Amino acid sequence: MLRATDIEVSLSRNRILRRVCFEARAGEVSAIVGPNGSGKTTLLRAMTQEVPFTGSVTLEGADISALPGWQLAARRAVLPQHSRIAFPFTVQEIVRLGMTASATPPPPTRAAEALERVGLGGFAGRLYNELSGGEQQRVQLARVLTQVWEPVGPDGPRWLFLDEPVSSLDIGHQLEVMEIMRDFAARGGGVVAVMHDLNLTAMFADAVTMLAGGGRLAHGAPADVFTDATLSRAYGCALRVNTAPPAPATFLLPQSAALPAATPTRI
Amino acid sequence: MVAVSMEAAPARVRRQAEAGDRRGRARLAMLMLLVLLAVTSVASLGTGASGTSLWAALGRVLTGQEIGAREALILFDIRLPRLVTGLLVGAALAVSGAVMQGLFRNPLADPGLVGISSGAGLGAILAIVLGGLLPLAVQQALSYWLLPAAAFLGGWVTTLLLYRLSTRNGRTSVAVMLLGGIALGALVGAVQGILVYKADDAQLRDLTFWGLGSVAGATWSKVLIAGPLIVLTLAATPFLARALNALALGEAPAAHLGIPVQRMKNIAILAVAGATGASVAITGGIGFIGIVVPHLLRLAIGPDHRYLLPNAALLGATLLIVADMISRSVIAPAELPIGIVTAVLGGPFFLWILLRNRSLLDM
Repeated sequence: MLRATDIEVSLSRNRILRRVCFEARAGEVSAIVGPNGSGKTTLLRAMTQEVPFTGSVTLEGADISALPGWQLAARRAVLPQHSRIAFPFTVQEIVRLGMTASATPPPPTRAAEALERVGLGGFAGRLYNELSGGEQQRVQLARVLTQVWEPVGPDGPRWLFLDEPVSSLDIGHQLEVMEIMRDFAARGGGVVAVMHDLNLTAMFADAVTMLAGGGRLAHGAPADVFTDATLSRAYGCALRVNTAPPAPATFLLPQSAALPAATPTRI
Repeated sequence: MVAVSMEAAPARVRRQAEAGDRRGRARLAMLMLLVLLAVTSVASLGTGASGTSLWAALGRVLTGQEIGAREALILFDIRLPRLVTGLLVGAALAVSGAVMQGLFRNPLADPGLVGISSGAGLGAILAIVLGGLLPLAVQQALSYWLLPAAAFLGGWVTTLLLYRLSTRNGRTSVAVMLLGGIALGALVGAVQGILVYKADDAQLRDLTFWGLGSVAGATWSKVLIAGPLIVLTLAATPFLARALNALALGEAPAAHLGIPVQRMKNIAILAVAGATGASVAITGGIGFIGIVVPHLLRLAIGPDHRYLLPNAALLGATLLIVADMISRSVIAPAELPIGIVTAVLGGPFFLWILLRNRSLLDM
């Protein structure tokens, strides 16, 4: 169980987050959504101690600020939004950095397995800097996966914190990454992801926290959070929630006055 | 979408496990550089204006004959300390360059370029000119250590200042780093100018020496003064290697990998200041080794600091010894200051690096 209580973050006098609470359970995919500037990434960065904050964050009841870095590294891995690297590392070398903290030497095939997992088998020998943005993003995901390879460790569930993990990916790879998240949660790990794509969130998340204007607007199962009223209030535009057969999957249809009244085709 | 089946993968995975792994190549490079360094060292001992032959002397020692006092003096009190100085300083400059580039996450950072050598030089100059003003007890307690200690302090303060200036929210601005280096260099030049006015003749000779950089004045006492500091900092760097690798991802990602980032940065800054300060104290400012060596090695064996740092020590030592041999033979029996040789070799090379890495300047 991850529990963040009364998180407040101020950056140069602007209050970015106001007493936000957040909970996530191991075995579930928990998404943080909200419009631009609502504080999604800041909340994730507070919970991973990347920005100074007031409030408390506990992992299985233990205050994370009291845990030493190497213990935290064994229990949680964090995927950043962008990663630029100044030196000519190969993909293999980058992925292996994920195993920096591991107490026992992992099998030599681990990095290659992780790359297969993110659909980059065959990329191990390439130079990281020469890959596309989406490929770099998936290399970083592979690195993060090697850090918490088994979703449950000796001292409890392990956690993945992902900042917009699918934002620069095409739809095929978006699904691939969302499936990796689901799989990690299904095997007992915890996943916390900042998400931009509401439809993917509705499909794959077990719990959704919606932020707006630095506060928590709604929290619960996707079906409970994604209502016409909540969404329209958060995003300041008309949105309609629908369900599609065969299994009733929630999806959102943006409404725009600039388009003819006929229902637009949706892929 | 592409379905990934973990079960169907093993053979392919096993083949990929080796791809992009340059550790074997790096170990081979280390072996080759070790041999190269040994060969260069022997060649350096046999080269000099006096024409004393190492082989002739060695032959006589092996056949049980006495070697002349003059030959012994040249070999053991002139060439050997000079060789050891070259080894230590070359290794120190190359490793501190590599550590600094890792710390600033930029291949263009170099103690010489960004004013750390200037800061260390200023410390040394202050020690030469104003050292006499210190209380006698302090002077006696520090004795020969005053110079390297002052150079180390100067380098340390400059590195700290520069890092604070150029790094904000975990991101390093190359522009601020380089411009800050220029400002510090100018400041050092000004203070140096004032001190030159105040210096007496003997002090003036010592001061001129800093500007040029030379291993010509190497003596065993200088080796003993600066050697321990250099050996100590070189010995500390292997413990930084994994942290520097992680830091390449950024400060926050390195922390998430369990690296104690702040402590590691403090140690790296101390190591850079120690190695640079001690080198400057005994040879003055010798440029470009710190930027050329790590860059060449990254091209050959990749940027993994676990291999980059020891290889840099070996190649840096070799390069400085070669530069010293060139400086001794170009206008023999006179000699060129080694700083001129490294600048002639390193300047164009640095421009080439700059052109290759133009995009990094905008980071």
